[in-house]
Amino acid sequence: MPRKQAISLTVNGEIRELLVEPRELLIHVLREGLGLTGPHIGCETSHCGACTVDMNGGSVKACTVFAVQADGAEITTIEGLGSPGALHVLQETFREHHGLQCGYCTPGMITRAHRLLQENPRPTEAEVRFGMAGNLCRCTGYQNIVKAILAAADRMAAMQEAAE
Amino acid sequence: MNDLSPEDRKAALKGLGTSRKRVEDVRFTQGKGNYVDDIRLPGMLHGDFVRSPYAHARVKSVNAEAAKAVPGVVAVLTAADLAPLNLHWMPTLAGDRQMVLADGKVLFQGQEVAFVVAKDRYALADAIEKVEVDYEDLPVIVDPFQALEPGATVLREDLTELTGAHGPRRHPNHIFRWEAGDREATEQVIGAADVVAKEMIHYPRTHPCPLETCGCVASMDKVNGKLTVWGTFQAPHVVRTVASLLSGIEEHNIRIVSPDIGGGFGNKVGVYPGYVCAIVASIVTGVPVKWVEDRMDNLMATAFARDYWMQGRIAATRDGRITALDVHVTADHGAFDACADPTKFPAGFFHICTGSYDIPVAHVAVDGVYTNKAPGGVAYRCSFRVTEAAYFIERMIEVLAIELGIDSAELRRRNFIRKDQFPYQSALGWEYDSGDYHTAWDKALAAVGYDALRAEQAQRIADFRAGKTRKLLGIGVAHFTEIVGAGPVKNCDILGMGMFDSCEIRIHPTGSAVARLGTISQGQGHATTYAQILASEIGLPADSITIEEGDTETAPYGLGTYGSRSTPVAGAAAAMVGRKIRAKAQMIAAWMLEVHDGDLDWDVDRFVVKGAPERFKTMKDIAYASYHSAIPGLEPGLEAVSYYDPPNMTYPFGAYVAVLEIDVDTGVHEVRQVYALDDCGTRINPMIIEGQVHGGATEAYAIAMGQEMAYDEIGNCKNATLMDFFLPTAWETPHYTTDHTETPSPHHPIGAKGVGESPNVGGVPAFSNAVHDAFRAFGLRQSHMPHDHYRVWKIAHDLGMHG
Repeated sequence: MPRKQAISLTVNGEIRELLVEPRELLIHVLREGLGLTGPHIGCETSHCGACTVDMNGGSVKACTVFAVQADGAEITTIEGLGSPGALHVLQETFREHHGLQCGYCTPGMITRAHRLLQENPRPTEAEVRFGMAGNLCRCTGYQNIVKAILAAADRMAAMQEAAE
Repeated sequence: MNDLSPEDRKAALKGLGTSRKRVEDVRFTQGKGNYVDDIRLPGMLHGDFVRSPYAHARVKSVNAEAAKAVPGVVAVLTAADLAPLNLHWMPTLAGDRQMVLADGKVLFQGQEVAFVVAKDRYALADAIEKVEVDYEDLPVIVDPFQALEPGATVLREDLTELTGAHGPRRHPNHIFRWEAGDREATEQVIGAADVVAKEMIHYPRTHPCPLETCGCVASMDKVNGKLTVWGTFQAPHVVRTVASLLSGIEEHNIRIVSPDIGGGFGNKVGVYPGYVCAIVASIVTGVPVKWVEDRMDNLMATAFARDYWMQGRIAATRDGRITALDVHVTADHGAFDACADPTKFPAGFFHICTGSYDIPVAHVAVDGVYTNKAPGGVAYRCSFRVTEAAYFIERMIEVLAIELGIDSAELRRRNFIRKDQFPYQSALGWEYDSGDYHTAWDKALAAVGYDALRAEQAQRIADFRAGKTRKLLGIGVAHFTEIVGAGPVKNCDILGMGMFDSCEIRIHPTGSAVARLGTISQGQGHATTYAQILASEIGLPADSITIEEGDTETAPYGLGTYGSRSTPVAGAAAAMVGRKIRAKAQMIAAWMLEVHDGDLDWDVDRFVVKGAPERFKTMKDIAYASYHSAIPGLEPGLEAVSYYDPPNMTYPFGAYVAVLEIDVDTGVHEVRQVYALDDCGTRINPMIIEGQVHGGATEAYAIAMGQEMAYDEIGNCKNATLMDFFLPTAWETPHYTTDHTETPSPHHPIGAKGVGESPNVGGVPAFSNAVHDAFRAFGLRQSHMPHDHYRVWKIAHDLGMHG
């Protein structure tokens, strides 16, 4: 077995020091090493996006990133987006607009949508559909997911305006 | 609450008809779902399979020495290890048997050959590569018609008798013949008919492909002798019974838990070798063992859907009155007959194939066939073989319309079962409970502007012929009738278990409650909707009712969730249990109010003394009294259980229209409009219904336009990754307009019929008919799904449209 390597990740704002095999995938380290079971595994080939997390300000599919590649990275998972008392706007709008059913794709969807709205705070419906095309859902037909993301964009813009 | 009007009190319950937000979502949106792969137990090992690269081969030897030497490997199981326990084979739901691990040969690519158990998944992957299997390849049959040829290679050498679970077999590769209807009368009518349209309709093999694959964690506690299995089970109670029968462990010592399930769509109904091997491995090692498939395993080896070749004949009078229907199906079941159908129905409810039409006489014959493909034949988001039936009749109607020169929407209207004919006895033996097809149809056609679309299409055809455009317009219409809610115990069972379902409720002293049911949600929102049914029945707010399912230790026995049976069967049990609670509550209220129980009226959430509206007791008051008062003649507490055996199936229906623009030169399509009208009887939660329709229609779109489990001639599965198997993204998925009519089921306690699968049943023919319709004017009659870009381009090419 190859020697383990020490890596350091900042996950949801907390520094985590870990020993990993060079071939170990980030999704396994997050789920099994750190107990963050929000991101899921759906295909292991980066098609489905259930494992989407935020890494250094971009969406990545954690099933096709080696943990050693993430050494030194800032990572946000669904667990880092909101808390029970203070849900993220997307967590609220996904519920309000029935943007989920079985819930398996949901953490990846919301994490991706969060990054999409950072990249493009006022997307059109077409831009949302294109920007979310790396995340598959088998239950919803996407219509309500798109609605939820557009509603979140509206609400975030209104909050921004109110703050200014 | 007492000052509120009855309407306000009703609204506060969030009962039937409310678009109540889902209670599940708070957990799921925060990443706090609990799916099988999230479960980690102390000392847990991981198990996975060595799978066959061959579709048909003898297994001459399995050498696991090198694998066992990999650090971290604990055990390698082969058929030889399972044989002493008699677990190297297992029964299927269809009365056949299936190898758990290769017993001398393999019969499909991806078949389980050996089960390796290791301390972590990386060591496991290393070890699997080191298991040496010596194969000797055998001739492969992937075509069900070839399989039945005289002298064809015998696939199932283990079956020595030419009799199977469903009667005589006429060839070693033949599984069963199943028939319904009147063959002779049908032949007579067809022989003398004005017009007969004949066509072969193929419904290709596809796969439910839920986003979460199948898996389990088995934990044998050797100290107390109890086996616990957490798994992706759509029918946990039946799994417990099967596990007990197979293992010999008494049923009370087995606990099966379906935790959160990441989509099922039929894929998680069956029992797979992985479950058996994980259980055996846990018994052998004494520690928990987890088995979770990867995506390739899921697509290659777990249950597929469809794969029906339907040779049809439909007869009619010159003016378009259908007089007879005949169909012969060649059903490719793969290597083992592992269909998930009620025992007496090896072709499921395919004999709903007379659809929405009043057809006086009909006949169906289905031949099941073995091939070197994965076993299965599950209902992928439909009731048992109902999607195949709906697709068949909706294509035959289109072909007949061409033959007759009548608009197909009009042909349907002329033949619909009329509202006054319900309950309607179909020629193939069903009693349709209720329907109003003409109203739904007219509403749908008006909503999409059908006449205007046809005029636009005529102009488009003229423009195409004049060289002004290379795009065609396809208008796909479909009217479907489903048959769901299996089912009456008198004729529906799974492995002998009658297909009733159940609900048990316990009202707490302070007026909240927990209810448990025999079903299990895989995304349908049961925790939300069952509470709504109960809220309306017992007058406690849905928000005060916790719903639990999926744990055999606590939930009452039920047959699970598939075939849109949760609302028709367990939903009915919920309504009935609510009525039992109300009956006892009425006695308690009478005692509290010192009146005769016959002098009370139920009013939303309370019993009121007749003629004295100021004298009442709310259900909350009654709940408290049931625990603190000694009421003469009544037991303390407020609990009830109902096991509901439905008197009949329910028959949801709907009208779907899909409008496609098709580029003749590339075969690329653009979906312009999808309109979905569903009548699922009484509507429990309109928001959830709409969500179900969006999802089912998207699966229908995928199936019609691109999904396929294809095999090459040596049995290699060509679509075993998400690169090759079409799952639409947000980008290609169309926008849906939903609509409804509401025709309650007369026999269901609240009139509900079930909806989860309707959009798949109605959607597939609507999309496929749109493709056919685009090319109809240029001579197309039938072209098999999936209508991917290449195949659509090929239609145009074969019709000589590329110049």
